[in-house]
Amino acid sequence: MSTATAPVSASSPATQTLRNAVIRLAGNSQDGIQSIGGFLARLAGRTQHDVMTYMTIPSTISGGPSIFQLHLGSGHVLTAGDESDVLVAFYQHSYNDHISVLREGGICFYDSGEVKEVKNERGVHHIGIPFTAATIEAIGGSAKDRGKNMFVLGLLCAVYQLDKDKLSGIIERQFGKKDESVLRTAMLAFDAGYAYPIGDMGTFNFEEGEHTDEHRISTDGNTIMSMGLIAAGVRYGAAYPITPWSGIMETLRSELPKYGGIYVQAEDELAAVSMTIGAAYAGHLAITGSSGPGLSLKMEALSYASMAEIPLIVVNVQRGGPSTGLPTSVEQSDLMQAIYGSHGDAPRIVLAPQDVEDCFYIALEAGRLAREYSCPVIILSDQALSSRIEAFTEPDLDKHWVEPTLDISERDADFKPYPLDKITRHAPPGTKLAGKYPHVSGLEHDEHGHPAGSPKMHTQMTAKRRNKLIDLSKKLPLPEIYGDKEGDVLLIGWGSTYGPIKEAVNRLRSEGHKIGAAHIRHIHPMPAGLDRLWAKFKNVVVVEMNDYGVYGHGQLAMMIRAAYADPKIQSLCKTDGLAYRIREIVTGVEKVMTAQ
Amino acid sequence: MSSATIEAPASAPAVPAADKLTKKILTADHPTWCPGCGDFAVLAAFYKVLEKLQYTHEKIVCVAGIGCSSRFPYFMNTHGIHFIHGRALPLATGISLSRPDVHVFVFGGDGDGFSIGGNHLNHAARKNVKLTYVIMDNYVYGLTKKQTSPTSPQGFKSKTDPTGAIDRPINPMKQLLASGATFIARTHAAQVKHMVDTFERAILHDGFSVVECLSECVMFYEGSFDDSTPRKGGTYDIIDETQHDVKDDVAAYQLANLPSPGKFGVFYETRQPTKNALEQKWIDATQSKLTGMSGKDVLRKRLEIMR
Repeated sequence: MSTATAPVSASSPATQTLRNAVIRLAGNSQDGIQSIGGFLARLAGRTQHDVMTYMTIPSTISGGPSIFQLHLGSGHVLTAGDESDVLVAFYQHSYNDHISVLREGGICFYDSGEVKEVKNERGVHHIGIPFTAATIEAIGGSAKDRGKNMFVLGLLCAVYQLDKDKLSGIIERQFGKKDESVLRTAMLAFDAGYAYPIGDMGTFNFEEGEHTDEHRISTDGNTIMSMGLIAAGVRYGAAYPITPWSGIMETLRSELPKYGGIYVQAEDELAAVSMTIGAAYAGHLAITGSSGPGLSLKMEALSYASMAEIPLIVVNVQRGGPSTGLPTSVEQSDLMQAIYGSHGDAPRIVLAPQDVEDCFYIALEAGRLAREYSCPVIILSDQALSSRIEAFTEPDLDKHWVEPTLDISERDADFKPYPLDKITRHAPPGTKLAGKYPHVSGLEHDEHGHPAGSPKMHTQMTAKRRNKLIDLSKKLPLPEIYGDKEGDVLLIGWGSTYGPIKEAVNRLRSEGHKIGAAHIRHIHPMPAGLDRLWAKFKNVVVVEMNDYGVYGHGQLAMMIRAAYADPKIQSLCKTDGLAYRIREIVTGVEKVMTAQ
Repeated sequence: MSSATIEAPASAPAVPAADKLTKKILTADHPTWCPGCGDFAVLAAFYKVLEKLQYTHEKIVCVAGIGCSSRFPYFMNTHGIHFIHGRALPLATGISLSRPDVHVFVFGGDGDGFSIGGNHLNHAARKNVKLTYVIMDNYVYGLTKKQTSPTSPQGFKSKTDPTGAIDRPINPMKQLLASGATFIARTHAAQVKHMVDTFERAILHDGFSVVECLSECVMFYEGSFDDSTPRKGGTYDIIDETQHDVKDDVAAYQLANLPSPGKFGVFYETRQPTKNALEQKWIDATQSKLTGMSGKDVLRKRLEIMR
């Protein structure tokens, strides 16, 4: 992003002050470049800077090319950056694959022991440093591939005049848990990188971040969603490992015992959702989760949960599909599966967080809605949100903490599990009943839960299950419009495209277009009266990371078109497994405007 | 019932007379099973065991999957959940682990337990989840009207094996022994006393207890268990526990290998820590380091690490 990264002042010829910078680290997955990124991201949070990261991981078991990109800045950072200002290349293949992402006049640090051929073009400053050799020299021999990430971290710390004391503190806390020699080795490599003479290229520093009294934290989407689930009152659940969902189940498995809860590793996806429904039936707020293929396996039980009106949370961390597809890439192609991927008319709520911070709040909302509407709530996260790190304000637990409750208070003689005129409130096992004990059933049932498949009863019960969602849609607020409230194009997005869409709006508006954007967090049901959003726009473009499909529209666009039958709703889709770049959205919107 | 008017002795457990579990109180819908179905006897035996054990009424949960026998919860006036085909065990696992205060009973057939839910049987057994599972085995798919089941003997003619079943049936006792279940027994719907005794031992076992109960389907596999029904000329051979050590899994495997009709009774019983207890142990150890902290404090501390 050359415009955003232009120096705003030059305090001395050697030091430039930046608002933000995009750094891409390219190496192999075992080089520890994710840890460099993690340290820098945490530092950003602590120094009132904003940050967003982006990473790729090969789906191979060990090794393979991998990148970690960081966008650091003093303003609000919305994307991981289209172009990078700095490329750190560990190998020739890293250099070859990523040099084109470096902006004109950018800086490329490369391991001169590995990268032998560089292209001197586009004004790129090449700085060859023997990362590997210098690291070996610093730490004294053997550990050939270990520690060069710390060397590079030291180097970046010097170039960007980062707060060395704070950064060292973060490193110490990370490695301090391990063997003392690990920390010593890491710091030796770090110091060597910090002190390495890089010649006369000068250094940079960042504008001070806006000071705030609130604490800020830096973490990834999977971690903060796990925390959100705990805050929402989740204490039980079960799951089966699958990428990129696994991080949440690992976190819940190790965290829940602190709260007296249990997270079970089930034998398969079907058992996982069944155990979770068991815990929910037993009166707890429970959660299962998976990624695309695993969600497909859970579908029969999810229909059951709709039919039996069981409250539960299901997280789907989407990845590229179909089938095993692109297990470590991002895609938003499970929207239809989330809404409709089951047999029968099986209404459920579908939510999507818009950024890492929102993963916390969407989990809270999922918990509240599951309880209130006694039905499954699916959270559609994605691979990008799951792994990228952002800095944001620490959630206020005094405001958001939900203490879990188990209501087994005695019910009246007229208790019915499935009243036609009210939302179901189950009486979990342990509840004493004055009348008959309730049956929770997957067969069509009467108000008492007894099998009753009469035409009238099925019609009434189907309506009961559907009307809950209609009630919810009327209570949901319309999303706010960012940018222009009327004009040429309204962009509609969902999930992790929030940042790139906002930046695209900024860029298009700076070019003189009248553009707005609305982000939908409530995917199903959508807020009622959504069409009011675009009443004053000539075009609506729904931006998604999924396929145009046979009828030319992405999955959310299909839903909105079905609901509002408005021909001005169009689609901008892509299926390359990568997060949206700002210019891809800008180009797509420009095409729509030109077609007018 | 007359006992409701009799004052309990002071030393007896304080079960209020009105709450005393009786067959009448436990009875719900009239079973939808066909006349002559073995499952009626299983239901009656279960009432008897509950009458004997006198568990607190609201603490009883009946769980089932899909099949004729899986209609069981509807016929019990207790908390009940009728789930999907083959997944009753994981559902019951979720209840058992999250609600140590309730008694979890699972009912199902051979299709539910050994075919579509076969994997769950292995894993619930090795996890030693505290619950009791009664498999009402009739060697045939009855609800869908006579298809081959995983326990149908070779040669059994069904709508899916018109010339006789081709595949070998599974041997439930051998499979359960291999899975690591900690209480394994076999009984028969026509042997009411043995059934009641076996259920009671299974229920009192602290761990995953499973009972295969032969229960004839008079509609689609009449006469299937004649060889173990004395009044039809068969032999009902109960394991003599003075000769068979129930802790010896190799001996149990040898018993399981006997040709039809085989033996009945407890094949194997061992005391192993339950998953329920092991998870609770981990919770206790974890929480002992957090004395004095509320859940909110614990989460706040966790968030602070991310600063």
